[in-house]
Amino acid sequence: METFFAGVELLMRWDVALALFIGSVGGVVIGAIPGVGAAVAIAILLPATFSLDPIVGLTMLLGIYGSSMYGGALPAILINTPGTAVNALTTYDGYPMTKRGEARRALALAYSASFWGGIFGILCLIFLSPVLALVAPHFGSREIFLAALLGIILVVLAHRGQVFAAGGLAGFGILLHTVGLDTKYNQRMTFEQTWLTGGFDLIVVVLGLFALSQAFLLLTEKDSAPDPQPVDGSMFGAMKEMWLYKRVATVASGFGVLMGMIPGVGEFTAQFMSYTYARRTSKTPDDFGDGAPEGLIASEAANNAVPAAAMIPLLALGIPGEALTAMMLSVFYVHNVIPGPQLFQTQLDFVYALYIAMILLNVIVIIFLIFSTNMLTKIIQVPTRFLGMVILILSFVGVYSLRNSVIDCAIASGFGVLGLVLKRLNLPIVPIVLGMVLGGIMEVKLRSAMIRVKQPLDFVDRPIAAILAVMIVLVILMHIRTLRKEHKARLSEAEIDHDLHDSQTR
Amino acid sequence: MIKAQTLQDLFKRYRRPGDLFYSIICVVFSLFLAFNLRAETTWVDNTKLFAQPAFWPYVAVSAMTVFSALHLVSSVVSPKLDGRWQEVGFWLRSVEYAGWFMIYVITVPQLGYLPTTVIFAVALCLRLGYRNARYLGSAALFAVVVVVIFKSLLQVKVPGGAIYELLPTALRSFFLTYF
Repeated sequence: METFFAGVELLMRWDVALALFIGSVGGVVIGAIPGVGAAVAIAILLPATFSLDPIVGLTMLLGIYGSSMYGGALPAILINTPGTAVNALTTYDGYPMTKRGEARRALALAYSASFWGGIFGILCLIFLSPVLALVAPHFGSREIFLAALLGIILVVLAHRGQVFAAGGLAGFGILLHTVGLDTKYNQRMTFEQTWLTGGFDLIVVVLGLFALSQAFLLLTEKDSAPDPQPVDGSMFGAMKEMWLYKRVATVASGFGVLMGMIPGVGEFTAQFMSYTYARRTSKTPDDFGDGAPEGLIASEAANNAVPAAAMIPLLALGIPGEALTAMMLSVFYVHNVIPGPQLFQTQLDFVYALYIAMILLNVIVIIFLIFSTNMLTKIIQVPTRFLGMVILILSFVGVYSLRNSVIDCAIASGFGVLGLVLKRLNLPIVPIVLGMVLGGIMEVKLRSAMIRVKQPLDFVDRPIAAILAVMIVLVILMHIRTLRKEHKARLSEAEIDHDLHDSQTR
Repeated sequence: MIKAQTLQDLFKRYRRPGDLFYSIICVVFSLFLAFNLRAETTWVDNTKLFAQPAFWPYVAVSAMTVFSALHLVSSVVSPKLDGRWQEVGFWLRSVEYAGWFMIYVITVPQLGYLPTTVIFAVALCLRLGYRNARYLGSAALFAVVVVVIFKSLLQVKVPGGAIYELLPTALRSFFLTYF
């Protein structure tokens, strides 16, 4: 309990409170604007947070991460365009509700389900902390290597339909990590170019792939300005209806926590499982996709439970499960706070402070949304090309302020064009980022793990290592089984949707 | 706009025009790296395989080569999608904005962060087709707000412009510090 209060004390500072408020409200606004999203905002703000205390910087970034999905539901429901990629499923039932004049009800259900999912995820994280503190020290080099390898495999296999491309991009990410001088000053893949000697900075790559690519995409595409209608009536009263669907919301949040904990899986799998569960157990399954409240709740509760759960592998093992936590990892490193088993033993107050900050951000966001929905409908009317100009100017601060390097900016521009190509092809960006981060972790951990390994089977002679190895094999076997099933039930070419998916351009 | 017709569609990534072109580029790039692996990496004597500096570049390039070859095969055997060259044209059009960005980057140390950002925001708006004073004014105002927040308040590392040296002494240090 003493440690808990020490955590509260860490937050009792005006700069932390301000960061929490800016992060929470800013995250909602950013999430509500289609075309920006938490990844773009976090990538841009990352270098600015390096000069702040770790608790201040992380609180702001966590605020954006946790609240952007709340805001993303707004355009998903009102104009059928998800504010962030993970709100894509929300359009499925949210927009039909708007079309039949139930916009306020849909928004209220989305907000309250998001709150439910968010709080559920954080409570799970808090209750799991003692278990994590017990289990995490049993993760040695080989266990962390296997967990990172599992993360890479899952992130590749999670991109159904584009597994080959995702595998190639994960390989490219690992390659980017290896470029430059290694720890013993051997040149790797530098092609005698001095600008490659220092290797690729993760933040430069992330800013290019997420922020600059989005700016280039918006600037190159035709201009459009959404025109949502204002929402009448009290939001608070309508939110009470969520209580009727508490079973679906709780199960969906549970899926969010489970999937969020596993590196490389995340919101989409959680949503898919929650939505399938909600439809299967509904009395009116035919309404799904046509404005079913349970569908909307399943989607929003699942995706909002993920951020807290995604912090589990990051804090306990130092392994980021997706792009946003990979970016946050760099904030930890810059401040010499090394996430991993030791963090729970040496800085538990810091961990508790992060948990409390996450609860507070959910409360701030829900209060803000009750009173500001109509203001947000005005903000999302910004024309897309103008928004591209805004992102381009903000990206400059992110890249240039790192080292005042023109070369960094040129590299980020190159990755910006690559990111645009990938987005236009419905190909994923996340495998590059995770390949880069997990590739680094795997290299270090494998090297130290192999010192004690004499026979190949020694590598998995500890229980956790054996479980992880079995999981890797099972994941691959299950994927092959799914491929065979899908091949039998495949759609004909004429039925396949080859359009650009909005959910896959962020 | 969401156009997926089924739940499965929403979570699955289908091919788009330009996929074949992209997969050819990936294979060529992977092969280029594979042919240069020997020259660009080092194998150290008396060191275990997993601790070799060359081990991870080999793993990465092998993964890239195998996966991009499989991607190419899947693209070749799939039905052709119309609009390949229009798509490649779209990618090339985006390079213009990468150029705009680099001009902005190169100009900041000369003209200073505030003047360059205001000029860049307004000029880019004009290029994008906004002629309305409301948009141009908003762009200029946005530029000022960004500079004030990041440079004046958060003190991010952006160097002062060379042009500030021409200002009177009192103003010079003020501009160098805050704008």
